[in-house]
Amino acid sequence: MADTTTRAKLRWGLLDVIVVVFALVPVLWIASLSFKTPATLTDGRFWPREWTLDNYRSIFDTDQFVRALVNSVGIALIATLVAVVLGAMAAYAISRLDFPGKKLLVGVALLIAMFPQVSLVSPLFEIERQLGLFDTWPGLILPYITFALPLAIYTLSAFFKQIPWDLEKAAKMDGATQGQAFRRVIAPLAAPGLFTTAILVFIFCWNDFLFAITLTSTERARTVPVALSFFTGESQFEDPTGAICAAAVVITVPIVAFVLFFQRRIVSGLTSGAVKG
Amino acid sequence: MADIVLDKVSKRFPDGTVAVQNVDLEIADGEFVILVGPSGCGKSTTLNMIAGLEDISSGELRIGGQRVNDKAPRDRDIAMVFQSYALYPNMTVRENMAFPLRLAKLDRQTIDAKVDEAAKVLELTPLLDRKPANLSGGQRQRVAMGRAIVRQPKAFLMDEPLSNLDAKLRVQMRTVVSRLQKQLGTTTVYVTHDQTEAMTLGDRVVIMRGGSIQQVGPPQELYDHPRNLFVAGFIGSPSMNFLHAAVSDGKLRTAIGDVPIGERIRRELEAGDAPRELILGIRPEHFEDAELVDDDTRRRGAEFTAPVDIVESMGSDKYVYFTLEGERASAAELEELAADAGADFTGGGASLVTRLSAESTVREGEDRRVWFNLEKIHLFDPGTGRNLTLHEGRASGALGGS
Repeated sequence: MADTTTRAKLRWGLLDVIVVVFALVPVLWIASLSFKTPATLTDGRFWPREWTLDNYRSIFDTDQFVRALVNSVGIALIATLVAVVLGAMAAYAISRLDFPGKKLLVGVALLIAMFPQVSLVSPLFEIERQLGLFDTWPGLILPYITFALPLAIYTLSAFFKQIPWDLEKAAKMDGATQGQAFRRVIAPLAAPGLFTTAILVFIFCWNDFLFAITLTSTERARTVPVALSFFTGESQFEDPTGAICAAAVVITVPIVAFVLFFQRRIVSGLTSGAVKG
Repeated sequence: MADIVLDKVSKRFPDGTVAVQNVDLEIADGEFVILVGPSGCGKSTTLNMIAGLEDISSGELRIGGQRVNDKAPRDRDIAMVFQSYALYPNMTVRENMAFPLRLAKLDRQTIDAKVDEAAKVLELTPLLDRKPANLSGGQRQRVAMGRAIVRQPKAFLMDEPLSNLDAKLRVQMRTVVSRLQKQLGTTTVYVTHDQTEAMTLGDRVVIMRGGSIQQVGPPQELYDHPRNLFVAGFIGSPSMNFLHAAVSDGKLRTAIGDVPIGERIRRELEAGDAPRELILGIRPEHFEDAELVDDDTRRRGAEFTAPVDIVESMGSDKYVYFTLEGERASAAELEELAADAGADFTGGGASLVTRLSAESTVREGEDRRVWFNLEKIHLFDPGTGRNLTLHEGRASGALGGS
């Protein structure tokens, strides 16, 4: 038995290593490029021969990137917050109540999630120009919420369904109002779901390129992924690869930090012990 | 503390099903009342209506003299123990028990004092800082009880609180519940599908079927004088034997021979418009091995011989199953009871379960002579299920004779 478990462990360990390497090599490659000097950029070495922070200095020197970073953080955070709050309310209703049109609502939500976004870009562009939303924060936040909501509703209703309904009844019997029952009993238990959803929605908003490039035109609302594509070298003969890589590393950091921060809260089995077990 | 009155309370669901129909019930202050019946009989719905978790479709519910139909659960001042315990998993035992007090905005010291006191009563003191996930089933059950008693409500509602415990613990907790209720003297409504719990716990038992009350009374009265087939079949374990009986020549023809109709039963049959086909009911303990019966007793009963199917020796006595030839008793009530027990009657003839003295030398496979007590037999109308042998005067309070 011990032999097979060791071998099983080895096998799994090997598999893990392959997956991790597969996922991380491109990231490390970009990180490596961002530390290289223009002269050694194309030397094909994984480990930079000459280290430099010039690339980082250059992106933070220009207002272009910093401004885009602010836009990205602001737009993604606001969209995430609104989507999670609205999604939580909708998901709670879907998982707890039986109301007319419930199936339709769920179906439409699914439809939106599957709708090809590319086909909406031109109409959205026209609509936003007419409404004066073009090239503004709300102009991006609104479509982000629209497309993040189905995701939020689906994820959250799955989490809410796991919470025994008896808990809510018990809270009511203990003297809680509907609101108190939700805030003090249901919400804490749904927290892992809320955080998971928040991460997914945030990443979706943060990474979006399609909407960001069509619905913005200036630094007012341009987000980082778009700003990156507008990077140019200091002269037309200079390749901005190093700067783009540095920027890519910089925008990856908040995502990693965000996930690591919330990962602690995603404790599985939070509801264990509530009901018989 | 308060009395609870249900006045013609009904529950109709939006899809048209009637879960509870015109239930009249008066629960006195401090009384321990059990609602019992097979699944789907409306007992849990009734409890939820008292709790305020279900709306009342018609009728009136009064707690402590006040109409509470439209009050939210939180304004009714009653506590409930759920079958699933429904402990808040994100809170410690102490926080769980303090939750209703914190919602009532009591100050910290009072809360601590009350929680400590309740914990002491339920022997939960060493567990106060644990989370529900780290408790055993019995401990969780006690925390659920603690959360109910801690705020001294007007009444306790318990929805099958013991059914998730294993058999041994259930018996133990039964006495705990019983003692606690006597100690606190709080009006308690307790729902169960287990007739043993119903018999042992309650001051009064309410037997429900299909949304209406069948009979209300102290456990012994329900056992001795069931008003109808359903109550007779539901109360008692093993349950009452039911045999088809045809009235002819002043006798009852049954699978256990011709049963002479005594003076008492004859009068009953003549008085009413009794049908010619009846169902005879007799409890297992009213049989005895004919060898062990003295002459004096013998005169009060009748005897028959039947092949022994199975003998179960319980130590204190023996359950002996006989196979009988002849028709099985059939009635809607009996089929419903069988379905609820998850058992279909074995095909073919009727069978009989008896409880004989441990001294009996009965063996499987042999034919045995068995005596049974004529004074203890019940006769039921197969059509209406009514107990024809029930003395009118003995019928219990709420429903009177019918």
